[in-house]
Amino acid sequence: MTAKVITITSGKGGVGKTTTTANLAVALANGGGKVVCIDGDIGLRNLDVVLGLENRIVYDIVDAVEGRCRVRQAMIRDKRLSELYLIPAAQTRDKTAISPSDMVRLCNELRPDFDWILIDSPAGIERGFRNAIAPADLVLVVTNPEVSAVRDADRIIGLIEAEEKGPARLIINRINPALIKRGDMLASEDVLELLAVELLGIVPEDESVIVSTNRGQPVALDSKSRAGMAFQNIARRLNGESVPLMSLEDKDGFFNKLSKMLRSGGE
Amino acid sequence: MGGWLERLTGSKTNSAENAKERLKLVLIHDRTDLTPDALNSLKNELLAVISRYVEIDPNAVHITMAQEGREQRLVADIPLKTAHRKKVGY
Repeated sequence: MTAKVITITSGKGGVGKTTTTANLAVALANGGGKVVCIDGDIGLRNLDVVLGLENRIVYDIVDAVEGRCRVRQAMIRDKRLSELYLIPAAQTRDKTAISPSDMVRLCNELRPDFDWILIDSPAGIERGFRNAIAPADLVLVVTNPEVSAVRDADRIIGLIEAEEKGPARLIINRINPALIKRGDMLASEDVLELLAVELLGIVPEDESVIVSTNRGQPVALDSKSRAGMAFQNIARRLNGESVPLMSLEDKDGFFNKLSKMLRSGGE
Repeated sequence: MGGWLERLTGSKTNSAENAKERLKLVLIHDRTDLTPDALNSLKNELLAVISRYVEIDPNAVHITMAQEGREQRLVADIPLKTAHRKKVGY
């Protein structure tokens, strides 16, 4: 077993990096992969709460890198999926506590025991970002269909190429089909044309993401959620399957409304 | 649904098109580190150099930034005034 290291980054904050990391980790582990995800946002850790593992942290990544514990001891095993682990970020340190070569060393130690290592990068283009992409075999850029997120995605894609970690692959998150239809949101095709990069997946805006994050239950575990389905599709593509892009049309169409009515009536 | 109403009132915003056009320009400048001002002086200096050697009509010149994948290229279309007109003199 030798793990593939995937870094999830974006440039801009708040576009859904942590949500994407958590859900891809869950979906890959659910599909039978052995997965460890690493929170690269030292000082502002969040992957633990999104995964619902915040109460079980004893050691963190900086403890492991500085030798206060073994790497194994810093790994938290998920309750739901036995092949999913988290290495949390330190909360009381900053990005300079770790160097890019520390990250490469840490991942090399983990590689033989896993299929996937997912790294949740912090926002920005500084040390935390450099740490996160240093060990990457593949970099995923998450963006939203709006001007500031697309602009920052372009900048980060350029930096990934300059660091010879490209070509990056794109995930467009929080797509609102009704707004696109009205002409008030960039469509995926527009974003792809602007960024000229290969698309890995699209994720619709979905309230169930907020609900599941409230509970610490990643939405990819919810088979009824459209966003959850989208993350599962992306995980399958990472596994080499060819999965067509999810159709975002007719979200509020007649049949959808009908089936929603029937579903709520049946429960 | 709102399509006919918007056509009637002429109030269709289509802000996505606006976003796309603005992003196109911003990305050119971000990728090349060229401001619109710098691009303009580049254009003027380029024309000055070329006119030292051949006769050109500055109004017919098109100098633009084009995007090809993630590559930016400076495209100059500079029609030259035909040489036989000069030959009329001798």
